Parts: sequence; structure tokens; C-alpha cells
Amino acid sequence: MLIELERRKQPSRTMLYLTPVIAVVATMLAGAVIFTLIGHDGFAAVGKIFFGPLLDPNKWQDLGVKAAPLILIAVGLAIGFRANVWNIGAEGQYVLGGLAGTGVALLTWGMEGWWILPLMCLAGVAGGMAWAAVPALLRTRVNVNEILSSLMLTYVAVQLLYYLMRGPWKDPDGFNFPQSRMFTDWQLLPTVVPGTVVHLGVPIAFVVALAVWFVMARTVFGFRIKVVGAAPAAARYGGFDAKRTVWAALLCGGGLAGFAGVLEAAGPFGQMVPQFPVGYGFTAIIVAFLGRLHPVGIVFAGIVLAVSYVGGEMAQSSIGLPNAATGVFQAMMLFFLLAADVLVRYRIRLGRTTAQGEGA
Amino acid sequence: MTGEGPYRIELEGITKAFPGVLANDHVSFRVRAGQIHALLGENGAGKSTLVKMIYGILQPDAGRILWEGSPVAMPNPKAARRMGVGMVFQHFSLFEAMTVLENIALGMDGAISQSALEARVRAVLHEYGLKLDPHRVVSTLSVGERQRIEIVRALLLNPRLLIMDEPTSVLTPQEVTQLFDTLRQLAATGCSILYISHKLHEIRELCDEATILRGGKVVASCDPRRETPRSMAEMMIGGSLKQVAKPKERRPGEEKLAVEGLVLPGEGAFGVSLDDVGFAVRAGEIFGIAGVAGNGQNELSMALSGERPAASAGAIRLGGKAIGVMNANQRRALGLCAVPEERNGHGAVADFTLAENVVLTARNRMGLTGAGGIIDAGAAAAYAARVIDTFGVKATGADALASSLSGGNLQKFIMGREILQQPEVLVVSQPTWGVDAGAAAAIHQALVDLAASGSAIVVISQDLDELLAICDRMAVINEGRLSRTLNVGEASIDEIGLLMGGVHGDPFATAELSEAAHAH
Repeated sequence: MLIELERRKQPSRTMLYLTPVIAVVATMLAGAVIFTLIGHDGFAAVGKIFFGPLLDPNKWQDLGVKAAPLILIAVGLAIGFRANVWNIGAEGQYVLGGLAGTGVALLTWGMEGWWILPLMCLAGVAGGMAWAAVPALLRTRVNVNEILSSLMLTYVAVQLLYYLMRGPWKDPDGFNFPQSRMFTDWQLLPTVVPGTVVHLGVPIAFVVALAVWFVMARTVFGFRIKVVGAAPAAARYGGFDAKRTVWAALLCGGGLAGFAGVLEAAGPFGQMVPQFPVGYGFTAIIVAFLGRLHPVGIVFAGIVLAVSYVGGEMAQSSIGLPNAATGVFQAMMLFFLLAADVLVRYRIRLGRTTAQGEGA
Repeated sequence: MTGEGPYRIELEGITKAFPGVLANDHVSFRVRAGQIHALLGENGAGKSTLVKMIYGILQPDAGRILWEGSPVAMPNPKAARRMGVGMVFQHFSLFEAMTVLENIALGMDGAISQSALEARVRAVLHEYGLKLDPHRVVSTLSVGERQRIEIVRALLLNPRLLIMDEPTSVLTPQEVTQLFDTLRQLAATGCSILYISHKLHEIRELCDEATILRGGKVVASCDPRRETPRSMAEMMIGGSLKQVAKPKERRPGEEKLAVEGLVLPGEGAFGVSLDDVGFAVRAGEIFGIAGVAGNGQNELSMALSGERPAASAGAIRLGGKAIGVMNANQRRALGLCAVPEERNGHGAVADFTLAENVVLTARNRMGLTGAGGIIDAGAAAAYAARVIDTFGVKATGADALASSLSGGNLQKFIMGREILQQPEVLVVSQPTWGVDAGAAAAIHQALVDLAASGSAIVVISQDLDELLAICDRMAVINEGRLSRTLNVGEASIDEIGLLMGGVHGDPFATAELSEAAHAH
């Protein structure tokens, strides 16, 4: 007896859009069962994590703040994934964006002017791009797999952060804590909704998602990305250069991750600290796939993952669920999504062996 | 041999379905001992599926197979071979770096000593008058010789039914004649042959009976010797065939495309390098490039289209302008359009709509993009609709996915997309490969009409009949080198065939290569 996967002729369109929902529901059910088995009240935990943040209006602002970097990074990654460029080092690019923004903030410390914040943002984008340029160069020049190079650079970025925090960028008035100076008012993102923590980065993330949607759907640039990903030979025939596309895909992903980094530094953190890398760059990969690599889908997926972060924190304080539970739920979501995708594209057949092409 | 003798194999109501298609629908036919039986049909008619079931690679969903009168199951190819079924596939599975004998030994079901095997191989070669040196390295052999290895492999099993899947698509005319002699000799010993092809004159020449498949069903059977190629083609497509109207006299104009000293290294381990290729095509002219598959056609097509730029700009000139190092997009802007051999994933993107697929190559010439690189979706849909309309493409509309079109319709769409751009020069590879006879005639007519309107056309094809029908002049490509140019009216099939064989026709050259390989 063999389990065979047989390709479906035409995967159902409805199912393609429905799989993310199925994955989320399956995650809730499986999570409830698992946490019950290990001695928690599993169903209460799932309720707290997935519905708590939605039912409590006080938590909505947190959702926006958590979703913003996830959405920004994920739309950038989705551009690359569409072109079959697998940048999974967004976490490192995010850190570099934050560091570059911090660098500008430290240089302009004590200065005043509206130009400081835009300059920090530009530096952040450039920092993320620079970090992504390394895998791009290696891939296009010496054919190094970008999955490995981008991932490994993440650890380099984190070590660079630790070095700067403990050494050159340590706050001189900070009682020897390994962290940078607090940013000044000219270096901090303004809040857009008075009385909340919702900073300017939140609406920016939504606007960027819409802009990327337009670029991907309506421009030759987006067309090129999609053709290179779907059919490299057709791309060459259409006059699209594969190497330039690899560069463009990595720079877009790195730039947006860097942008998210500087917005986090100048927003929720308000300074640079060793705890800056919180895993947004990795979680954004889940967001990108859960959102079907479509900017609008990514906005919704970003909110779903933000719910799991905020809900996870709530469950920690109210029912004593471990912090790692959030990660478990997020990973299950990706697992169920990929599994559901396989079933949408293939049907399972229990069949006998067939000797394909034997003796040909 | 027809009309008498017992049946070797009988198929009764064989049905096989794949997701979304019924590949074989209650197919029944019988082959007598010693008969050469043709299985005729267009691509996708279900011929390959059917023979895969006879050879045990696939299992029928319904129906039964009778072998010499009694029902049998063919669970796998090994069982089929034991029963006496041999098969020669269209694509060979040979190791290039090994000798003929080593390759044959690898394909044997049981263990046998090298010397015993060699003796048997030599006996088979002698019996059928086949020329093949068992110690030659495969990479030094021509395609015809490689096919002989596969035939010897099958003959060593003393088959009582030999299946030949499109055996002549890679052979020169001389090699085809040799193959037919072998097959006739084999049939005379009582072996039945199931011969799959869509080349009608070959079937007339060789076969005693033909079963014609269309859409997975048997639609007719006939004695090919009493039919004309045209009448069989009409049975195959189920309609009447239009003749290509070629203008009586074409007056070529100024030179549009000039290729001189074109050199291009082959891609991958078995890519073919182009070596000093040169030819010129004038306005209003169709220039053919013949050759056996895998002799540099793909490389030439990519070099001309701009997918693989040449080393020097002057190697390719378009209306006098050096375009050798430009990419496909730049060449298209200057008026050189191209159609690659492979439709899915090269000429078109399967998961894209037809409207998106016109953006792939027509975005600049047809003004499908506006300021800032924004795609004008309306203009793209309108152009796709115009292509569909003008070329009679069977599609639900501009928003149909390319993957939803049949091979022939997608080819018509791709050809139409390029032709309606009014190119100065059009380079097409295998324009009617895998396309039904009706669509092929329409494509030929479109090429002839485009030339009449003043464009220069290059057709790269392995189908000699096609080139002879539509071209004015032609050359033959062999191992990346192009022969001298022949006028189609004056060239003989024999001469073209010899050029197609190229260096492979020269026994001394190949023997030297073999010795060199052995010396290592």
C-alpha cells in the first residue's frame, strides 16, 4: 500500500482562498487539544489567545502596533517569494534598518528639525537594503543560495547589535546598561490617535501594502516579478533579466524590513536595545504565506498574527500559559497552511505501485 | 500478411481516465501475427497512453487485453517483456559516456556475461543487417545509431510484438529507409509491430493496417496503402484540410536579417555550441533551417531572439543595424520577434491569462504600457481579443488562462501575438510541433501571408515536409554548424538528408572519436 499524491488538474480557486481560514481554525482546534493534554485548560487558552484581543477594545491599539511591522516586512518578502527569491533573513535586515536609523538618531542627537525623522527612515531603508544586497551579490555573481546566506546574515546582524549596545553606542548616561540613548522628540514617531500607542508607522504599513498591491498588479515591474517566478524561460524570452530581478526582489524585501526596523526603533522602543530583534522578520514569513503572497491578504494575515502575539501575552498573565505557546501556535498555523495547500493542489490516493518508465 | 493468421494481441474496450480527461474511451482493435499495424492520431489522441497500457507502464481502468487468444494482465513492463512485448521509446534512455554493449547490459532483466551478451548482440546485428559497433561510446553515435541500440535491446528478447513510438521523428531520410527495411524483415519472421506515428506517407509505405484514434476513441481503421495522406489526415482531424496557398512567385526585397560568424557556447553538459553560423534572409522570404533534433536548433533560436546574446554585436544584423548583444526586448523594439519551440513556460506562461500573456512580448510594440510602466489592462485585453479573433483561437476570451487552451490553440495564439506586431523579422521554432493538421495549415498560411506583406521569416523545424512546403531557401544545421544555403525548388531530399547526417555519415570521423574515448 502506498500513499500517492495525484496532481489535481485545476485547483479550486475558492479553496485557494479558503485554506488560510482552514489553517487558522485547525490551529485553534489542535492547540486546544494539545494544551488540554499537557494539563492546561486548552479551550480557554485558545479562546484567550485568539478572541481575547478582539473582544477587548483596549487591546485593539496593540494589534495595530504589532501588525504594522509584520505587514511591512511580509509585503516586501512576498515580492521576492513571487519571483522565487527566498529571502528568509528579514530579521537581520530589520535589525540593520533599526541600527541605521539609530545611527542617524545618535548623530543628530541634540539637534532639532522636522528632517531628522525622514532621514532616519531613509537610513533604515538603506540599511535593510545593504544587508539584503549581500545575498543578492552572492547569488548573482557566484550562485550562492540566498536562503542560506540571508539566514546566516541574521546572526551576524544580531551580533553587530550586541557589540554596538555594549560598546560604541552605549548610553553614556545609562548606568552602564547595554542600550542606546533615548531618542528625542524630533526622533520619535508621533502618535496618530491621541491617548493611544498607535504611532505613525501603523498607517504607513497599510499605505505601503496598498502601494505594493498596485505595483504588483498593474505595473511592468510587478509583471516581471511574477513572470520570473512563474516561468523563468518565458521571462528571458520576454526580455526580463533574471539577475536584475533577483536584485530587485532582495532589495525590496530588505528595504521594507529595514523600514519596519527603523519604525519600531523610533516608535515602540524609542531607543535601541539588545532585545530589539523580537522575531518579526521570521513571523513575517508566516504572514506572507498566510496572506497568499497578496498585499491585501497580508494585511489580514498580519492582524491574525498580531492577535496571536497580543493574545499570547494576555494568556500568560491571566491563565499562566508559557510564553512559548505563542510560537507554538504560530508554527502550527504555517504547518496547517502548507498541509492544506498540498491537499488543494493534490488529491491523496491509496494505490498500488506503478513502475513508471521502467526498462525504458 | 493481412487477412490471415491468428491474432497476436486483441484490445477490448480499453478505457483509461486521468483527472479531467478520458485518455482512452473503449478502444478496441486487433493485431495479427506478423502484421505491421499503425496507430495513427494527432497529439493528445491517446496513442501513448494506449501503448503504455500494453507495455504494462499504466493499468487500464476497464477493458481487457488478449494475448494470443487468452486474457492477460500486464502489471509492469517486466511482465510485458517476459510475455514477448518489446518497446522502443521516442526518447532514448542511454548513458552517453558508456559503450553500446554496456548500455545494453544495463537494460537486461537477468544477469548475463559480457562475452555471451556480445555474441548475442552480434548475432542480432548480423541477422538484421544492422550496422552498429558494440564497443563504440554512445556519445559518438548519431541519433539513428542510438535508436538501433534500443531496437537491438528489444530484439534480444525475441519479441512477438514490438511497439515503436514515433521512431522517425529524429531520423534523417536515409535512416528512415534503413529502419523500414529492418522492420519489414522483422515482420516477415512473424513478429507483430505496432507503429505509432502521425507521419502519413510513412504509414502508407510501411503498414498493412491502420487504426485511427481521435479524442481517445477509435474513429476509423483502414488499409493505408489504399488511402492518400490527405484522406488519412482528414480521418485524423475529423474534418477537411485546407491547402496552403503559396504565391506563385515571390520577389524578395532588401536584406533584413544577416547572421555572420555567430558563435555561442552550448548551455549545460550536453548543450550544442554554435560554430560560425551564417546566413541572410531578405524581405518577403521564408528561410528554413532543417536538422535532426538536438543539433543546435535551440541555441540558434535563442541567439536570434536575444535570449542569449552573442559575443559580438556584428554577428547579427537587423536591417544593417548590429543587434548581436541586445536582449530580447531591445530586439523586439527594432522589429525582431520570435516564437520559441516550447509553448508552456517559454512562449507563454500557463498560469497567466491570455491578456497577461500578450504583455509578455507585445507591451512595447503594441503600446500596452503607459507612463511609469503602468500596464494598460484594457489595451492588453483588446489586443489579446484581436489575436483570438484574427487567428480563430478557440478560447473563452482574453481572460482565459493559457493553460486552458489546447496545444494547437495556444500555438495559434502565440503565433498571432507575434505576427500582429508586424515584425520586420520573425524567427519561429517548430511552428507546428504537436499541433493538429487543421491548425498547422492555418499557421503555415499565416507565415506565408506575413512574408507576402514584406517581412523576413526564419523557420527552424525538424519537419522536412513543412520546410519544403513553405520555404524559399533553406540550410541544414548539424552539430551547431550550418550548411550552405539551398534553393528549395532545386534541393533533393537525398542531399538534404546527407547534410542532416553531417559528420555522423562519415564512418572515419566517428571511428576516430570512438578510439579517442577508449584510450582514456
